[in-house]
Amino acid sequence: MEFEPVIGLEIHVELSTESKMFCGCRAEFGGEPNTRCCPVCMAHPGALPVANKKAIEYLARISLALNCNIPGRSIFHRKNYFYPDLPKGYQISQYDQPFAVNGQLGIIFDDEHISVGIERVHMEEDTAKNIHAGKSGRIAGALYSLIDFNRSGTPLVEIVTRPEIHSPQAARIFLNKLKNLLKYLDVSDCNMEEGSLRCDANVSVRPAGSGTLGVKTELKNMNSFKHLEKGLAKEIERQVAVLEFGGQVVQQTVHFDFASGEVTPMRSKEFAHDYRYFPEPDLVPLAASSSFVQKITADMPELPDERAKRYMADFNLPAYNAEVLTSSRELSDYFEATLAYFNDSRIVSNWLMGELLGYLNASGTELAGCLVTPAGLGGLLKMISSGEVSNAVGKEIFMEMCKTGGAAENIVAARGLTQISDAAELAAIAERVIAANPAQAEQFRAGKDKVLGFFVGQIMKETGGRANPQVTSRVLRDKLAG
Amino acid sequence: MTAAGGKGNLLRLSAIEALGLIGRQELTASALTGAYLAQINQHDNDVSAYLRLTATEAQLEAAAFEAAAGEGAPPLAGLPTAIKDVLVTEGVITTCASRMLENYNPIYTATSVLKLRQAGIVMLGKTNMDEFAMGSSTENSAFGPTRNPWDLGRVPGGSSGGSAAAVAAGEAIWALGSDTGGSIRQPAALCGVVGLKPTYGSVSRYGLVAFASSFDQVGPITKTVRDAALMLKYLVGKDANDSTSVEHPDEIALPEDRDLAGVRIGIVRELVGKGIDAEVMSVFNQAIKKMEAAGALVSEAGLPHVEYALPAYYILAPAEASANLARFDGVRYGLRAGGAHADVTEMYEETRSQGFGDEVKRRIMLGTYALSSGYYEAYYGQAQKVRTLVVQDFAAAFADADLLVLPTAPTTAFKLGEKTGDPLTMYKSDICTIPVNLAGLPAISIPAGLAGGLPVGLQLIGPAFSENLLLQAAHSAESVIGFDKVSPLVKQAD
Repeated sequence: MEFEPVIGLEIHVELSTESKMFCGCRAEFGGEPNTRCCPVCMAHPGALPVANKKAIEYLARISLALNCNIPGRSIFHRKNYFYPDLPKGYQISQYDQPFAVNGQLGIIFDDEHISVGIERVHMEEDTAKNIHAGKSGRIAGALYSLIDFNRSGTPLVEIVTRPEIHSPQAARIFLNKLKNLLKYLDVSDCNMEEGSLRCDANVSVRPAGSGTLGVKTELKNMNSFKHLEKGLAKEIERQVAVLEFGGQVVQQTVHFDFASGEVTPMRSKEFAHDYRYFPEPDLVPLAASSSFVQKITADMPELPDERAKRYMADFNLPAYNAEVLTSSRELSDYFEATLAYFNDSRIVSNWLMGELLGYLNASGTELAGCLVTPAGLGGLLKMISSGEVSNAVGKEIFMEMCKTGGAAENIVAARGLTQISDAAELAAIAERVIAANPAQAEQFRAGKDKVLGFFVGQIMKETGGRANPQVTSRVLRDKLAG
Repeated sequence: MTAAGGKGNLLRLSAIEALGLIGRQELTASALTGAYLAQINQHDNDVSAYLRLTATEAQLEAAAFEAAAGEGAPPLAGLPTAIKDVLVTEGVITTCASRMLENYNPIYTATSVLKLRQAGIVMLGKTNMDEFAMGSSTENSAFGPTRNPWDLGRVPGGSSGGSAAAVAAGEAIWALGSDTGGSIRQPAALCGVVGLKPTYGSVSRYGLVAFASSFDQVGPITKTVRDAALMLKYLVGKDANDSTSVEHPDEIALPEDRDLAGVRIGIVRELVGKGIDAEVMSVFNQAIKKMEAAGALVSEAGLPHVEYALPAYYILAPAEASANLARFDGVRYGLRAGGAHADVTEMYEETRSQGFGDEVKRRIMLGTYALSSGYYEAYYGQAQKVRTLVVQDFAAAFADADLLVLPTAPTTAFKLGEKTGDPLTMYKSDICTIPVNLAGLPAISIPAGLAGGLPVGLQLIGPAFSENLLLQAAHSAESVIGFDKVSPLVKQAD
């Protein structure tokens, strides 16, 4: 039997606000343990939460970018459970009246446009960080546990999709698109390793074509895009195997172990909770007035789709180029920064998509870690366009810049790579090359124009690619005709 | 010192009278604080109003005010004040009368305490209470009960029993309390002093250890209504640390000497008579007659849903408490059960079993149950609806009355141990005060007279933020009632 996977994602985004969600402590990742905490985020007796305005603005930005509906009123709830990383014994979260509902985000998968529904977007706070001493790194069987409250109370936005994703690859593409969007919104570092972007998945399988949903499991602990795809594939495989052997999928939480690549159900004690949600009496309802929503809308940064459209309209770039260039905010910003130094969007676009991305992929480097700055690349492109160096040599120089971070001018000067455009100098070389290849010269004179390319190639070889192609062609025609 | 006289006279002074004498340099802050500390020394072994004294600091602070007396002195300079141990005080152990926090040394000070300290009060110490403010007799304190200064065999009421007893016994010129279902007003009534619960939101809750967050308010326990107004003036205001606090729309004014002409007062029909002791009703009715004679327009008022207020409160307040008290888990501060534990759950269980008393456990269980999956709508949801109806009832009643009036408590002070075996009877001590907390309204208890030698309280209730009206009427009523507020323990000091 063919099975169809059904996947819904629950994404947690730590916001990059200066301060925490309900107190004034610094929210930035890191710091000496327990140096960024106070009575509120340590839950001392009598301490009270006060909502962070900036975080609510970021939340509104995310909600609008995901095309959500923002009701005029939403409230905070307490989610009650005991755990050492949860100092109050409850997490302030949102429950049946979330900040935003009913959005969607489109992705392209298998050349098809898929719209993934967003069920809700809500605000909550992060927990502290437990470090369990012991082999497993989990609380069960730990010798002792240490708690770092620096993370306690960091603003966290939860985004829940509808179960409308049908393959691990599509899930990965969705998460990547969402991450890119969040980067454009400038609301989070979205660093999966540091935990500022986290993704859990609800997974079920059903016979292909069936309209009903199968029993789902909740897959946790996927801390990279690769792990998300791998974990989902494993869990789908596991569920299909259970069904094929006539068994039934049990609703439970499943832990992905990225070291072994296996999925293992968690002990029921670790997740069986009655959270006893009730409205948080220490906070007043959030009233998202239409003027507030209008202000956030007006202040929205340019989103990738809009930016791609602008590239097509203003720079006359093909749709494909525009999409690739805007696929990450860093690349897109890099593109625009380079244009400030070299204002030919077509040439810059081709260089980024060809040379720059090629180098990054081949070397496994992130753009952020690339040694060539937009100014550096702009300088190189100027030298090429002015004829100081040839295009071919330019590519070599670029590779050197990537490795050393040097400026194009310095590399050219040090290696004597200046383009030869002097007709007399090229004529002397042309004479030598024609003399050495009489048969080809005869063919050209007999009308086989294509042979000119052969002679240009020979001259390039002689000059190490430094010959100016235009001057070389003219000189060769002269000499061959003579 | 001649005008102020001996210790007995000093203990009779209201805060406003004392400030006047200090201002005219007829009394020093040190002498005043000294008189109260001496009374504490003499009687607190019997009364047990205090859990912890800060006598040395109090003397030093009073001496400092004395040195800097005159122009530029803060407005409440030198007033010896008792603070309920539910308000955190930096560097002074704050226990909430619980084993759980027996050695808890706060790292910050509650906004309400900070504001009074900035205004110049001298803190004498932290007062006893029912554990985590849960109770109506102060017998739920893990450190032993407080006794009523009018009769040491009886309870002072609760949960702010230590603060009320301290003021009645001449062990503080005034005190801070907190009121979730009557915890300021009921002990004030039983101890023959004045207790004001302000409108919810008018006084910051930051640093008030939470019992039921949507009910809790901090407020004054004083000898006179004018003192309550004076303290309130320095307590109110929006606090950036409490999202539920607001700026009071009015400047709090000191009541003036005038009659009650034209003040429409409604007696809540559903709550008088049934369930209230006859002798309490008799004192109450006499007081009402005096108010009527002073010009008050007295009529009946109705709160049709008020009989459901008590059950609704005992769903909602424990529900909030069950979450509020979850932070006492032995992980970061306070008690942690000793010995080796199989896992963290066992540590939680042993810590909370040892740290909490029976009443606290009972309310955590009640609240947890009411919020549990499958029961939420039937209990919490239903109780919220009752709360809305009670709010609407009050709004309707205030269409025909400026203020509502009730006895504060159904009985006078009862004997120690009399109700400890029967939680439901104990809960009924707050039958007249709880509806006010459901609606977040301001209410004040003033002494109405004695029944069998024990004080009876009269409660006036006003619309939200009507403190000025409420305090003015209470002051006028206080004058016409003419209660002799001096308790036997203060008379002994003469």
